[in-house]
Amino acid sequence: MFTLVGKWTEHWMSQVGGATQMVQSVLYWLAHARFEFKQFVQQSVVIGVESFAVTAMTSLFTGMVLALQGGNTIGNIFGDPIYVGTLVTFSLIRELGPVLTAVVIAGRAGAAVTAHIGTMAVTEQLDALHTLGTNPTRYLVIPRMAAFLLTVPILTVFSNVFGVFGGYLVAVYALDVPGEVYMTDVTAFMGVSDFMHGFLKSFIFGFLVATVCCYKGISTRGGAEGVGKSTTGAVVTCIVMILVLDYFLTAILTAFKI
Amino acid sequence: MIEIKHLKKTFGEREVLRDVNLTIPDGKVTTILGGSGTGKSTLIKCMMRLQNATSGQILVNGRDITKINDPIRLAVIRRHFGYLFQEGALFDSMTVGENVAFGLEYLTAIPKEDYPKIVKEKLAMVGLQPEVADLNPSELSGGMRKRVSLARVLAVSPKCILYDEPTTGLDPIMSDIISDLILEMKHKIGVTSVVITHDMRSAFKISDYIAFLYEGRIMLHGTPDEFRKTDNPYVRQFVDGSSHGPIQMKLRD
Ligand SMILES: Nc1ncnc2c1ncn2[C@@H]1O[C@H](COP(=O)(O)OP(=O)(O)O)[C@@H](O)[C@H]1O
Ligand SMILES: [Mg+2]
Repeated sequence: MFTLVGKWTEHWMSQVGGATQMVQSVLYWLAHARFEFKQFVQQSVVIGVESFAVTAMTSLFTGMVLALQGGNTIGNIFGDPIYVGTLVTFSLIRELGPVLTAVVIAGRAGAAVTAHIGTMAVTEQLDALHTLGTNPTRYLVIPRMAAFLLTVPILTVFSNVFGVFGGYLVAVYALDVPGEVYMTDVTAFMGVSDFMHGFLKSFIFGFLVATVCCYKGISTRGGAEGVGKSTTGAVVTCIVMILVLDYFLTAILTAFKI
Repeated sequence: MIEIKHLKKTFGEREVLRDVNLTIPDGKVTTILGGSGTGKSTLIKCMMRLQNATSGQILVNGRDITKINDPIRLAVIRRHFGYLFQEGALFDSMTVGENVAFGLEYLTAIPKEDYPKIVKEKLAMVGLQPEVADLNPSELSGGMRKRVSLARVLAVSPKCILYDEPTTGLDPIMSDIISDLILEMKHKIGVTSVVITHDMRSAFKISDYIAFLYEGRIMLHGTPDEFRKTDNPYVRQFVDGSSHGPIQMKLRD
């Protein structure tokens, strides 16, 4: 039992160490080589296209269920489903938008990135990059990291919109809240800091997903089996870390009144 | 000139290279022979710093490259070399043409307009039609992948080419064409070649020097004639391709 915990800790430490080294290498090559703009654009489009539909679906239904549960509960307590729009919007913008979007992107685009880089690792394509005048950090990791940092916040904004829209559908058609009331509630208590709260989270989650998925990719060993292992490993690590980090981010950001 | 001194490489507990000493003269073809899993690929990967040696030195024109840690200086060292990977290592998200032209952007000042011409020329050198440039690597046979990979190396004209089993998986005629190509690179451009091979016919044809790697050491280093005449029973067994002799192959390692 003791050795098991020891082994596990050792494994985690080495993973964190490796990922840190990768990030250092990212900073080094950002400063010392031309940015692969074409790769960045290509990756951003791929990640955006791959993840758009599924994030839209997820957040639409999340907004709908928030309105349904919230509306019914409020209705039971106060007799009327009031402030449904406010409840849906706050929950989405500050918490569920960034978290769900990041989780879905990790499962979709993140897994694809790990599988792709992992396949390159086990077929010596990463070494081939070294032999042809570039390197995996510069050619693969930096453009993907930049692409995640760009697309995760953008997709989060879209999913917030879809979620609020989902809430609207339920509020108006199931709870009989007038559309104008719902929309007034949506904007009524929203401040800049709420947007910042969500935006900062999504940006940090984007960095997390990019780092975990790229690192799991480049550290893949052991053929096709290894690629499968690191891909599932990447997704699980992302999901757990997003949820854990979300708590601490909420604590820190609210302490700073954001 | 490349001098390898007391090179040692271990993977965890496992000692793959114990004490390798080998001098590779410029402008010549040096062939490395040895059974599967004896560490031939590991040896040439250490030469290009794709793997880090555990201890020992590799002197390239007198400079020890095993001590270089600065990424930019490492990239400069790697420019001396071209590396033909055992399985080709073609980028499967790109076409054959993009693969062949890949290094040009990073290693040469050749303008982009000239890439198609170079791609065509290098594909022709390895016996492939220009139409192949538009295919994806997944559409190629094993032998074709290897040749495309060689074209990709030739495109950037390195001073020293490390070939990891260039003729494995090719038919005898194509093997001989590749052997001729290695010799042509030597005679026309003065390229230094290090060739890993199991193909004894090709080894005797192309080599100026042959080194036999056995249990982490160079057991014999000499000219092809010395290899033909040697009475070292290990080398004899390998050169003659016999299952009887002092080398007991483990069926699984
Ligand atoms: N990255 C690695 N990690 C662990 N073991 C390795 C690694 N690369 C090679 N080896 C081991 O080193 C030995 C030599 O491999 P290699 O150099 O590919 O042999 P060869 O090219 O002569 O067939 C093999 O037993 C292989 O399992
Ligand atoms: Mg090998």
